[in-house]
Amino acid sequence: MTYLYIFVAFLLPGILGYGGGPAAIPLVQYEVVNRYGWMTMGEFSEVVAIANALPGPIATKMAGYIGYEVGGVFGAVVAVFATVAPSLILMIVLVSLLLKYRDSPKIKRLTMYVRPVIAILLGIITFQFLGNSLDGAGTLQTVLLIVVSFLMLERWKIHPALVIVLAIGYGAVFLG
Amino acid sequence: MQLKIFLAFFRVGMLGYGGGPASIPLVHREAVEHYKWVSAEEFGDILALGNTLPGPIVTKLAGYIGYAKGGILGAINGVFAVMMPTILLMISLFAVLSAFRDTPWVNGITNGVLPVVTVMMAVLTWSFIKKSKSDFGWKIVLPALVAGGVIIGYLNVHPAIIIVLLLAAALLQKDKTTEKENESDTGKEGK
Repeated sequence: MTYLYIFVAFLLPGILGYGGGPAAIPLVQYEVVNRYGWMTMGEFSEVVAIANALPGPIATKMAGYIGYEVGGVFGAVVAVFATVAPSLILMIVLVSLLLKYRDSPKIKRLTMYVRPVIAILLGIITFQFLGNSLDGAGTLQTVLLIVVSFLMLERWKIHPALVIVLAIGYGAVFLG
Repeated sequence: MQLKIFLAFFRVGMLGYGGGPASIPLVHREAVEHYKWVSAEEFGDILALGNTLPGPIVTKLAGYIGYAKGGILGAINGVFAVMMPTILLMISLFAVLSAFRDTPWVNGITNGVLPVVTVMMAVLTWSFIKKSKSDFGWKIVLPALVAGGVIIGYLNVHPAIIIVLLLAAALLQKDKTTEKENESDTGKEGK
């Protein structure tokens, strides 16, 4: 039964997440935290952090890890399969049909219409992460870390992996 | 061939930071420039095709190009090579962390990382809002965001239901002017 739940939890982000892997983050969060309760929001935020610090596609990293935590190696296989296979199989099977209609306004509208929903879900997660930060690190440290990491990421264009490693170091030394 | 497919997508997986979309240029380098499996034009087609479908983009590219060059085994090979190494890294990193779960410094790591992830998610949110704004304009996007936020955040409607309704609307909506424009465009291409 667990494997069926894992399959469903990752199938939805796989078939509804328009906008590439990052669009799957809030949909995975909804299933894993809100619906099935496999993780707390704090644990999920660690998954997002570590996934961002490592290379490679983000949706499959999350699926592989969470699937493994919930259902072992086979759980990981099921989660990754549900994330990747449906849209890949559609792409291979429907290639000629899709090429014919790829400029159709209907097809373009699909991504356009889903994007604001993803934005809402990402916004909700952002506020939840902010709330957890305030609880965990306190207001002063949270504000400090947010300002500094924003400058590093967006202004100075420092590599996200390096920023996360620095945050890990800072947290381990000063926030334990 | 299978070894080349593996190596190409292994490199993409290990060198691509910032999730799948950020890895697209790396796939281009391997498949178009290095191995010349597809022309730049074909690559553009494949990418456009992948973007019309949901789900992660890099695994779609890896699977599709792997399939074109090495059949079903090639598809499995490409997808496996692009994602497996980092999944293993992720599982082993968390194994190390959970071994020290109850020590204060692991707790500190969470506290230090959370604000940074908050920033990353905020930036990602903003990029989705900006793209929506260029599609619809603020007058539609702002009320839609507020309404959607209430429906999902307070009324606890499952986002999948809203997405499915919107997908249906996108497909069923008759847009005569753009539909005609598109028909004449494809007509020209046909000639």
